[in-house]
Amino acid sequence: MQAQSADLLVRPVRARDLDSIIAIDAQITGIEKAEYWQERFHRYGERKRQPCFFLVAECDGGIDGFIIGEVRDWEFGTPACGWVFGISVRPEARLSGIGTRLLDALCNCFKNAGVSKVRTLLVFDDMLVMTFYRSQGMMAAPIITLERNLE
Amino acid sequence: MKLQKSTVIALCSVLEAAHEPGRQISSAGIAEKYGVSPHHLAKVLRRLGRAGLLESARGVGGGYRFSGNAKRVTLMDVIGLFEEMIVEAAGQREKAASTDVERAIAQVLGEIDETAKAVFKSITIATMLRLIERQNRVAGQSPPV
Repeated sequence: MQAQSADLLVRPVRARDLDSIIAIDAQITGIEKAEYWQERFHRYGERKRQPCFFLVAECDGGIDGFIIGEVRDWEFGTPACGWVFGISVRPEARLSGIGTRLLDALCNCFKNAGVSKVRTLLVFDDMLVMTFYRSQGMMAAPIITLERNLE
Repeated sequence: MKLQKSTVIALCSVLEAAHEPGRQISSAGIAEKYGVSPHHLAKVLRRLGRAGLLESARGVGGGYRFSGNAKRVTLMDVIGLFEEMIVEAAGQREKAASTDVERAIAQVLGEIDETAKAVFKSITIATMLRLIERQNRVAGQSPPV
């Protein structure tokens, strides 16, 4: 059964959420990255280093999704803004507004931290996430990513 | 980038119809609003109908109704019906290039195509309608049609 958006609690991550977060990420990406998420928790959750935010969406005692972001000054030469580093929602819990609630909560954190713009970065073919961000009103930023092979 | 006139008219027609899903839009109204010939518009609407994005209603007050899923149909789904260049894989242009200069130009044009495709694929009709509403709120205007 899908969680209704109103039943959700969006709150800062706790250590006991990590197993659920690792499981959600592994379900979506197909790769279990326990060490990576421990490090993310240490950096964005445990240390409470502001303005870093690691939020989870809890429903009936279970974790249905999470979002991570941080306010960064002069990143790539641009004024301070909030960066969303990742958002994931358990596939069975999608289409019930959880992603919107998580992003709204993170945006409120960013606003409280004094910035007025939110940005993210994602790959071209990640249409699921790109379509989500578009549905939230996000448009192309005046930034372009470039790369080359190191020979 | 520049889209063909048919493509722009198709996008306008779909968005006008999707704005009020239950309501029929008249082709005469669209033709007048966007300054396009009824003959040209009829061809565009027929193609949209064949693609399942619009359905026609006959009789008095007949017109067109949006028949797609606004949360699923993307701009690319509409554009792809009219723009062969966009749908064509970027690699094809590079294959057709016979000199090093042409291949370099094709690579840059391919980069632009891929960016455009990613943008068009990521924006649904529902997202466009919200964008229009936001623009209208900012400008203090009424919604389309």
